[in-house]
Amino acid sequence: MSQTITIDPVTRLEGHGKITIQLNGQGEVEDAHFHVTQVRGFERFAQGRPFYEMPSLMARICGICPVSHLIASAKACEAIMSVRIPHTAAQLRRMLNLAQMVQSHALSFFYLASPDLLLGMESDPATRHIFGVVGAKPELGRAGIALRRFGQHLIELLGNKRIHPGWVVPGGVTEPLSPAKRDEILSMIPEAYANVQLALAAYKQIADSFQPEIEVFANFPSLFMGLINEDESVEFTDGALRLIDARGNILDDGITASKFTEVIGEAVEPYSYTKFAYYKPLGYPEGCYRVGPLARLNIAKSMGTPLADKELVEFKQLADGPVQGSFHYHHARLIDMLYGIEKIEQILSDPLILDTHVRATAGVNRLEGAGQAEAPRGTLMHNYKVDENGLITWANLVIATGQNNNAMNKGVLQAARHYIKEGKFSEGILNRIEAVVRTFDPCLSCSTHAFGQMPLDITLISADGEVVDRVVR
Amino acid sequence: MSDNVEVKTLVIDGHEVSARRGQTILEVARENNIDIPTLCHLDGLSDVGACRMCLVEIAGSNKLLPSCVATVSEGMQVSTSSERLQKHRRTILELLFAERNHVCSVCVANGHCELQSLGQSQGLTHVRLPYCNPELTVDASHERFTLDHNRCILCTRCVRVCAEVEGAHVWDVMGRGIKSMIISDLHEDWGSSSCTRCGKCVQVCPTGALFDKSKVGAEHPKYPDFLPYLNLMREAR
Repeated sequence: MSQTITIDPVTRLEGHGKITIQLNGQGEVEDAHFHVTQVRGFERFAQGRPFYEMPSLMARICGICPVSHLIASAKACEAIMSVRIPHTAAQLRRMLNLAQMVQSHALSFFYLASPDLLLGMESDPATRHIFGVVGAKPELGRAGIALRRFGQHLIELLGNKRIHPGWVVPGGVTEPLSPAKRDEILSMIPEAYANVQLALAAYKQIADSFQPEIEVFANFPSLFMGLINEDESVEFTDGALRLIDARGNILDDGITASKFTEVIGEAVEPYSYTKFAYYKPLGYPEGCYRVGPLARLNIAKSMGTPLADKELVEFKQLADGPVQGSFHYHHARLIDMLYGIEKIEQILSDPLILDTHVRATAGVNRLEGAGQAEAPRGTLMHNYKVDENGLITWANLVIATGQNNNAMNKGVLQAARHYIKEGKFSEGILNRIEAVVRTFDPCLSCSTHAFGQMPLDITLISADGEVVDRVVR
Repeated sequence: MSDNVEVKTLVIDGHEVSARRGQTILEVARENNIDIPTLCHLDGLSDVGACRMCLVEIAGSNKLLPSCVATVSEGMQVSTSSERLQKHRRTILELLFAERNHVCSVCVANGHCELQSLGQSQGLTHVRLPYCNPELTVDASHERFTLDHNRCILCTRCVRVCAEVEGAHVWDVMGRGIKSMIISDLHEDWGSSSCTRCGKCVQVCPTGALFDKSKVGAEHPKYPDFLPYLNLMREAR
């Protein structure tokens, strides 16, 4: 008899999701799905609001990566205004985005993933959490908490608020950086370096012991997409997107936000509120790709900072060509963090960083605008249309989690097929299947969309079983 | 003091105070550092007693009186902050919050809003009434300013400042009761109305309903204090 295994909710993720695994009569895995079960209506309730309200409104979609939304949204608004923001504002925003990446990656690696990595996939679920990690490996637990604090405090110093800072606005930022704040950030950097180096060393020590998981955790050839600079180094805030195939060949390059929707489409599956992004020329699902730390490192030729560049060279030795195992997202995430700290230090040495000209102003000069940035978990794109008074008439958000959705589903199926035999499974096996999703660090609340109208089927049946009326929408 | 000034003595919250005939209870209370919360009242504008936040109790009467328009009388005993009054004030605030779409976190007036401040000072912790969630429009047709009906509490400060101080009378109120709406001219877009673009209405608006387009996030402090000075200067001329 066929059977369905349901993991609900999937734990240690940002947002609510569930996994279902369908077994056939022989107890073999027939199919598996990762469902995003919540729905948000941001694209709908943005309609009718003034476009310049979008950054602060859209940032409310998420408490983990509001900065990415602030930046992608502000850039979309700037496309509507047709302005180029002052250099200092661009640098300050870049620093804010990197600070958020560091704190979000610290959350993903230490709070959500490290219980599996440091305590073991089969360890007691009662202690398989951040407090268990702090108990067993106090120095790593402390490093994780400190790195998250580093990022959050930096966001607070720049934007006056840890979560949803209103500092990023269309045209730039609301206030310049003060010398005192710059000095405080600089004083925090040595400790951040030490903590991320500690995590990298610890990860490299244990990574080999996870070889069986590396083999089956969403390990398959796919396309990758991410932002890079003109010199082919990693970029989080500006630059343009590059798309490569599984062998590392460039499929598309210089994808600006305005070109994004020309090349990227979104498909819908009935089992999830998250859409499935794909590269249009290859169609769906062949054109599905991965984004995020792994994709960024696979695409970039360099990090552009000395310490992270050394780590990148080592990382690229994991495979001949792009690294395909999604387990390596964890490793890539740590290199991202090291890069982030180095880059923040570089930005602070910019002679213009304290300049007070940090905002450009303009009204509505175009009726459509798009903006893109790298969120910690991958590429994010906001696209708005406005009327001539600047009120939003249409909005679309393409979220990193939607762009990884196909890979997450394929990864869950791959792991389920490998681990579940003859209908037998243990808690440790189900935890491994959840851990496949954790490698991607998806942000589920960001990624949900209502698409068209919800299906509705009402049948009115009389006491004798006769169908009296039926409404189908 | 001239002969025709008649002095009244009264008691407000146990304090014996004296006032000139014709003064409002609110005026006298504030002269004596007794705080009565207000929302539609603004120094420099005529009073309309619309919001009912300034209701006070008068000994010997069951009726609650709006102190911004009720004048003093000899021997009056006024109570400004009884439990009953506080309960009524909180209910009024709840009604205001429930009637339209007040979302503080994304409002330009966040941190500078009189409605928000009153909610805090009056101890409003919950809105017990179901929200109306009306579908309201935003008028962004003006070159410099925006009117967001979602955040309007119909205090009519904008109507009064435009008519009484600027002398343009662009703003008015259309409809009745809960369906009342602020309109410009004869219900035209603000951008094509007879607005003089002085911005006084934006400065006196207690919420984020009227705001400057160049301000986003919570960066819109308002400065309505200019009104009494403006009036004083005009009287002196």
